[in-house]
Formats: sequence, C-alpha cells, structure tokens
Amino acid sequence: MDSERLRQSGFKLVMSFKSIMPILIGVLMLVALIIKVIPGEFYASLFTGNVFVDSLVGSLFGSIAAGNPVNSYIIGGELLKQGISLFAITAFMVAWITVGVVQFPAESLMLGKRFATVRSLVSFGLCIVISLLTVLTLGLL
Amino acid sequence: MFRKLLDKVGVGWIFLAIVIVIYGLLGVMNYALFEKAVLAFWNLLLKVLPVLGLVFGIMFLADLFLTPERIIKYLGEGSGIKGWVLMILGGILSTGPIYMWYPLLSDLKEKGMKNSLIATFLYNRAVKIPLLPMMIYYFGWVFVIILTTYMVVFSVINGLIVGKISR
Repeated sequence: MDSERLRQSGFKLVMSFKSIMPILIGVLMLVALIIKVIPGEFYASLFTGNVFVDSLVGSLFGSIAAGNPVNSYIIGGELLKQGISLFAITAFMVAWITVGVVQFPAESLMLGKRFATVRSLVSFGLCIVISLLTVLTLGLL
Repeated sequence: MFRKLLDKVGVGWIFLAIVIVIYGLLGVMNYALFEKAVLAFWNLLLKVLPVLGLVFGIMFLADLFLTPERIIKYLGEGSGIKGWVLMILGGILSTGPIYMWYPLLSDLKEKGMKNSLIATFLYNRAVKIPLLPMMIYYFGWVFVIILTTYMVVFSVINGLIVGKISR
C-alpha cells in the first residue's frame, strides 16, 4: 500500500472526526435528556381509545421518543396490557425506530436538510400505513 | 453576522453549544434531573464508542479502497437490484445507534451513493435481529414476522419515494 495514500486517508479521517464529533456528542446529549425527561409511564396517558387518533398519537410520540428500540417494545408491551389498541402501539414502535426527531439535526447536517426532512416525513406517513397493514394482516390469519 | 459565525465556528459546534446551554438551564432549574441526564449521556457515550470505532474504521478502509467509480457501480444510479439488496442487508446487520452511521453515509453520498439507497439502509436499521426475541415475547412470533416483512418491503418503498422527492 502506497504510504502517501495511507497518509491522505488518515488525514481525511481526522478532519471528518473533527467535524462530526460535536454533532454526535450533541445528539447523544439530547437523547440522554429525552430519556430522563420523558419517563416510560408518560406514554400511556397519551392515548384516547380512538383507533385512528391513537395511531396518529402513537406515531407522533414514537417520533419524539429516543433511546434503544428495545425500550419501545417494553413500553409497547405494557401499553398492550393496559388495553391500548395494537394499531397505536405498532405505529408507536415503528415511529420510534424509523423517524427520530432527536437525531434530525445530525441527519440534516451530515446528509442534507432536504434529505432529512423528506425521509422523516415519508417515514412518519409509512408508520401509520405499516401499523394498519400489520394489524389487518394479523386479523386475517 | 450569524453567517460569519457559522462559517468560522462550524454548524456542529454551534449545535453542541445550544445543547450545552439547554443542559445548563436544566442544571439551574432541576439539578437532580440534570445529574441523571449527564449520567445517562456518559453511559450512552461508553456504549457507542465501540460502534464509533467500527464506523471510522470502515470510513478509513472505504476511502482507501472504494473509488467513486466503484461506489457508483454498486450504490449509484446504475446499481440496480444489487444496490437494494446490499442496503437491506447492510441496514439489518449494522449495529449501534442510527446516528453513528451518518458520517459513513455522508462520505459515500459525496462519492456517488444514491439518496434512495441511503434511505433504505436507514429504514432497515429498524429491523434488529438480536432484539427480535424481546419483541416475540411481548407480541408473539406471527406479529413479529408480519411486521418485519412489511418493514423490509416498505424500506424499498421509502427509498424510492425519498429518492424521487429529495433529488
């Protein structure tokens, strides 16, 4: 391997690291903040009992939530026990892992504002579609 | 003036400064919650460091071995079905938080990777094989199979729509 090529790639990596680190640290701090400010029990109080409203509410709050996806399964499982509709819970879990308002600034800075906005909006819309299709398919089986 | 500051300091540092100010305000208003958030941040940081090392390692190797021509061939406009399959598998198999992968994707995008494939990769990050047993425990395997299948199918639909609109 050409040593000049190695040096160039190393230099590019250091420059990328310098520009990326403040964004990643900022996002990690935001994620930690959301995890601590919004307790898991909070989500149960959001649902109304109306399937369509609850699917929308589930998508909205799933988008804002942050943290390990496994937390969304645990919260979803607890919500199911409390009688919240599976439509809403599915939308909540899918939004949690596909949208991500907290990481939007980082996505926007690194992949472009237009890309991040379009991707977030499309993913948000698809949460509701996927939740409806999943529960309807489950009902057919 | 703001534009000058932005150019001089960089958007990333301004973003970090804003988050630090939010933490500062929280520290003044609710010190106990501030302490909990700082501890949660520290734990998260320790958890993501190995993934960050992996991502920067891949970035280094990608810069060494992947020419823009090669990226365009496998992940660019003419990549075809193999590009989609690569991104579905890549998204499912990648580990760590989604935002750790932005630097690598940004690098590949600069070299010619399509927006639609980036979106598909990011969407498939939602399918986490190690976490599936937990989901099966709460919702049953039939639900998990149906949801996972829809997630993979819709990752391509998501990619196609994002690629079309964000061009």
